[in-house]
Amino acid sequence: MREVDPRRQVSRRNFLQSAAVAAPAAALATGAGLSVDEAWADTAAALSPAELKTLVKVARDIYPHDFLADVYYITAVKPWDGKAAADPAVKAMLSEGVGRLDADARSRHKVPYAQVGWEADRVRLLAGIEHTDFFKKIRSDLVVSLYNQPEIWPKFGYEGSSADKGGYIDRGFNDIDWLPKV
Amino acid sequence: MATFDLNDDGLVVIVGSGAGGGTLGTQLALKGIRTVILEAGARHNMEDFVNDEWASFAQLAWSDMRTTSGSWRVARDFPNLPAWIVKAVGGSTVHWAGASLRFEEHEFRIRDAYGALPGANLLDWPITLAELEPWYAKAEDRMGVTRTNGIPGLPGNNNFKVMEAGAKRVGYSQVHTGRMAINSRERDDRGSCQQIGFCFQGCKSGAKWSTLIAEIPKGEETGNLEVRPNCMAIRIEHDAAGKVTGVVYADEKGTLQRQKARIVAVAGNSIESPRLLLNSASSLFPDGLANSSGQVGRNYMRHMTGSVYGVFERSVHMYRGTTMAGIIRDEAHHDPKRGFVAGYEMETVSLGIPFMAAFLNPGAWGRTFTSAMEQYPRMAGMWLVGEDMPQETNRITLDPAVKDKFGMPVASVHYDDHPNDVAMRNHAYQQGAAIYEAVGATVTYPTTPYPSTHNMGTNRMSAKPRDGVVNRFGQTHDVKNLFVSDGSQFTSGAACNPTLTIVALALRQADHIAGAMQRREI
Repeated sequence: MREVDPRRQVSRRNFLQSAAVAAPAAALATGAGLSVDEAWADTAAALSPAELKTLVKVARDIYPHDFLADVYYITAVKPWDGKAAADPAVKAMLSEGVGRLDADARSRHKVPYAQVGWEADRVRLLAGIEHTDFFKKIRSDLVVSLYNQPEIWPKFGYEGSSADKGGYIDRGFNDIDWLPKV
Repeated sequence: MATFDLNDDGLVVIVGSGAGGGTLGTQLALKGIRTVILEAGARHNMEDFVNDEWASFAQLAWSDMRTTSGSWRVARDFPNLPAWIVKAVGGSTVHWAGASLRFEEHEFRIRDAYGALPGANLLDWPITLAELEPWYAKAEDRMGVTRTNGIPGLPGNNNFKVMEAGAKRVGYSQVHTGRMAINSRERDDRGSCQQIGFCFQGCKSGAKWSTLIAEIPKGEETGNLEVRPNCMAIRIEHDAAGKVTGVVYADEKGTLQRQKARIVAVAGNSIESPRLLLNSASSLFPDGLANSSGQVGRNYMRHMTGSVYGVFERSVHMYRGTTMAGIIRDEAHHDPKRGFVAGYEMETVSLGIPFMAAFLNPGAWGRTFTSAMEQYPRMAGMWLVGEDMPQETNRITLDPAVKDKFGMPVASVHYDDHPNDVAMRNHAYQQGAAIYEAVGATVTYPTTPYPSTHNMGTNRMSAKPRDGVVNRFGQTHDVKNLFVSDGSQFTSGAACNPTLTIVALALRQADHIAGAMQRREI
């Protein structure tokens, strides 16, 4: 069977361009992989760097994929900053949501949300706000803004667009070779 | 290509260009009858379709505001997206997977076959399978359905092979790559399937039949058919005698126009068609056009659906090749010993990563969910589609508060599962899981129904005017020159995909309309 290569299949230049849209002057592609400059959140328009970083942590805790670097969660979450800059109600919703999470974290763990050490503890905090508008909006946006990044598809074994490659008629549509004989 | 005058009152005006409207309009044009199709959506070429689920959704889906209620989970997860259908020339034939199955004989007489089922509003069709058979044959030939007319079946992809092997292990025998309106070899000036996948996103090779590429251009060539895209029907008008006289619509600029008509046929799919009739209420028809029975909008059916995904140790790559790549028909019969009436089909399905994330378990999050997502390349998938019970309370109504940009009330869709639907779904979930487990699935996921793709029954056919909206030819009981031409005519939904039956009914209706016009009956 033809397997899917999970490595990044976009050129480094394209990647930097697309990441730059979401995280200006922040995403750095290093030689070994993708790491993100600590200062990525400093140029935010409406949200504080701490708020944005908490949102990224929340995003990873909602949809944890350990093979995805932070840059994909940043790309998914960063547009909230622009929406907050454009609409005070969105900014209030986000700031209050993060504020409540931090307050819950401090009362249980003495540290803000992003510093709670174990994912299981953070997930319990998230479960406590699952019914809120803040959580519902973040999650329903994230399920598109994270999984709709073509850069991550190969990591899930998904090949994306196919017509431009001639379909799968000669590329393994029926190449399964492990089924038991019936 | 024809252009007709707004004041031409000799035309047939059809609302909608999908399986019903697109076929009817083309067939009438081929018979020399001058026809205008008003289509709410845009016209795309097949080259414009995109192999990208969300981008394609933005291009094609009917995303105008709708509201929902009822106990179905769609109302909670997708409150403004009750149906996943298309707003474009070609309608949902652009999006459909191509499965082209005939109803079974008993599925035309469900009141007789299933008896009186509490809570259900069962009624026999005023036509039989025998009457529709010649039209099914014409539709299959026209659409180039595989396994008919000597056309070979499509080759099975990986997703089908997994389902087939499991099905045989659990003892099923009616397993094959389907009767599909997708070319397995060149036919009708269209090429053969390239196993692209993305059947739901519009076929980019033209192998799949749609009214957009396989019907409407033939109608237009006659000079008798004009298709007006981006034209949203607002209301149907009538004269003092109660005959319809034309359709008021908003053109591409949003300007209201009035197209006169000799005959009007409504084919806007089972949510918009009743909405248009209800929005056409007048002093003569205070409850909506053609609604003396009170049945317009009622008996909304959307099939008992659900999916099962199975995860295996090794790769499947289910997304490669046709989306509906094969079928199991062993559970499609009516056998009340299973604990429910009617039957269901199992058909392969696959979603890409973006839609899998949205639809595998809407609202779910955390490691249970992401673990499932990470099994994606090792997943096989099947869609369960069975007959749901018509219920009077499952219905399309006009939303009392929400209006569209033209000031017309939007459609509100109410749906509750009937206990029979629930029993059938649970049976299908078990059988689906057993099939995958028989060939080594390590885990299976019983997946909740997606927004409705098969919408049926809201202007149903009936022998007696008090039981339904249209007669045996889709002609409304109340208004002689008003027809319904889409799946909303269905008196029952059957276990199978509805498109072939919609096309067969449209071809038959075209014959009836042409004859009645010739005889000056309408």
